[in-house]
Amino acid sequence: MVEPDLPGFETLAVHAGVRPDPATGAPTIPVYYSAGFVFEDTDHAASLFNLERPGHIYTRISNPTVAAFEERVAALEDGVGAVATASGQAALVLAITTLMNAGSHIVSSAALYGGTANLFRNTLPRFGITTTFVPPDQPEAFHRAITPKTRLLFGETIGNPVMDVLDIEAVAAIGHEQGVPLLVDNTLASPYLCRPFEFGADLVLHSATKFISGHGTVIGGVLVDSGRFDWSSSGRFPNLTEPYVPYNGVVFVDEFGPAAFIARARAEGLRDFGACMSPETAFFLILGLESLASRMDRHVTNARRVVDYLIQAPEVAWVRYPELADHPQHDTACRQFSRGAGSVMAFAVKGGREAGRRLIESTQLVLHVANLGDARSLIIHPASTTHQQLDAAGLAAAGIDEGLVRLSVGLEDPADVIADLSRALRLSQKA
Amino acid sequence: MTAGFVHHGGQVGTSSGPAVVLLHGAGMDHTVWRGLTRYLAHHGHRVFAPDLPGHGRSAGPPLASIEEMAAWVLHLLDDAGVTQSTVIGHSMGALIALRMGAAGVADRLVAICSGTRIEVHRELQRAADERDRKAVELILSWSFGPWGRLGGLSDPGTSALIECRRVLQNGLHVLGSDLRACHTYLGGTDDAAAIPAPSLVVSGSEDRMVRPALAADLAGILIDARFELVPGGGHMLMVQQPERVRDLVDRMLSSRQLSGSQVLSSQADA
Repeated sequence: MVEPDLPGFETLAVHAGVRPDPATGAPTIPVYYSAGFVFEDTDHAASLFNLERPGHIYTRISNPTVAAFEERVAALEDGVGAVATASGQAALVLAITTLMNAGSHIVSSAALYGGTANLFRNTLPRFGITTTFVPPDQPEAFHRAITPKTRLLFGETIGNPVMDVLDIEAVAAIGHEQGVPLLVDNTLASPYLCRPFEFGADLVLHSATKFISGHGTVIGGVLVDSGRFDWSSSGRFPNLTEPYVPYNGVVFVDEFGPAAFIARARAEGLRDFGACMSPETAFFLILGLESLASRMDRHVTNARRVVDYLIQAPEVAWVRYPELADHPQHDTACRQFSRGAGSVMAFAVKGGREAGRRLIESTQLVLHVANLGDARSLIIHPASTTHQQLDAAGLAAAGIDEGLVRLSVGLEDPADVIADLSRALRLSQKA
Repeated sequence: MTAGFVHHGGQVGTSSGPAVVLLHGAGMDHTVWRGLTRYLAHHGHRVFAPDLPGHGRSAGPPLASIEEMAAWVLHLLDDAGVTQSTVIGHSMGALIALRMGAAGVADRLVAICSGTRIEVHRELQRAADERDRKAVELILSWSFGPWGRLGGLSDPGTSALIECRRVLQNGLHVLGSDLRACHTYLGGTDDAAAIPAPSLVVSGSEDRMVRPALAADLAGILIDARFELVPGGGHMLMVQQPERVRDLVDRMLSSRQLSGSQVLSSQADA
């Protein structure tokens, strides 16, 4: 019996997108610090500008180091292509501007990172794009909210910071019935713990700053195209199915087939909005990807130890982590995260917001930082920081209790993290 | 009979230049030619890259034999008033191209990753007949060499292997029929021996779907052919190394006449 013999995830994480340099023998890709790239002749230049040939023109559009990062992420997510961006938020805006025009509509999970919630609630409406928020655990609510103007369903694999788990399969199926794609923010899971395309998602984005980097050193984002969504049949996406004047009437679905979306995202989105990734950032992120699988295994192991401690700590009111049996979407989590549910968790200390404040100010090893997915364990109080711009209704819709604390467990010895939390929890109860 | 989707490289009805027909392989569609279609259309050629019936955006059941496929393409050209054309085919598309060449339609012929016969592994045929995605993974495994499967040579930020995976998954419903058409077609040798047009046969050194030796044999049978072996290239050569294939096709289109069969080996992509 013959069997396929394609490389596995860990091999792709180390090698995809990069070949040893034939000129120098270097097995790793250098940082290509070059704003532009030399054309062979004027015809070559014109062909590149007219999307006739692949190649690099100018680092805002593409760069060899950045392209290696993009191809590696695409390989890990099983996507046809990816575009790297200046941040995770830039990746989200790139997806929206590629698919939508004024008057378009989004149906989004209400359990969102604060920056995304702000973009959807306050910023996009100024440009004529509106959003209906629905509970992430009610796929039928996505169905009810879809209108003829809907161009995107959106959710986070694991909602930040409340840890809601999106039922990707159910929501994607609802979207596909009505010709609407699902974009998933897969930041908290990373492609190692969850590959949303396997469950039917059409597009994925990451804040690469988090687990992909793994070291809290750089800001970056990446948008990945599954190549599966049928833009032609949907009838909702003239941006991809009708001639685009600035490139001599190119019809992206005709020319690029399964890569139509990601081709337009690069050709228009990076050209016009320009939120590109620097090659140096891409280099750091490539290094991060090489150890992603090993790091995620350790992150999960450590997180489980910390969760085990928190659920029995007398100072803790409740703990929310998708692997816990009392998590509302525990079954979905088991289905989607066969290797573990990440290393971010939410919990509240007894004594409400004030006790939460004392906890955060009392940790020493666990750092008070507005980031996650770092080698260092990080803690934050979302209601006063990452989600501060949400009003009470917005916080309630996102399920954010005022006393909620978000903890991202790092790669330290978990005993040391627990000892630090234990001391800080005791101090949190001393008014 | 010829109703179907034809991609013209973005130059619908505006080009009167020499015609170029690009024929995709089993279970695939016109998008595998994206490294060529738009370029050729904007460089003076009248481009026809059809989706064969049942493939891509063309409706209908798949055609069951290479002869029927060739007849379908000939009708398509007839309808467009094209009597002579450069015919470029990949794998199964190259078998169709040989049939067209023997019919006297081709003024130039480019066969990519094909021999005079394409024998299909039994397990691949079984999986394709059952619409089992294993068929796609087997083709990808045999189509991308040790480096090709790790990527790094196609469009910036895209994965050639996953693009091919997606195209083949979309065409899984016709893959079994196509593979059977390839396996049962025995006229390739006679077709090749009857083709006077200047021809180019291109193969990838890592192609395990159609071994380079079979492609070299085809070049040896064609009357006026050149053989080009691309080191490191696999079966999906025009997706995996679009610039290399574009360069070879460009040189072919600008050449007048080749001087008998010869074997060349490119070192550019070693």
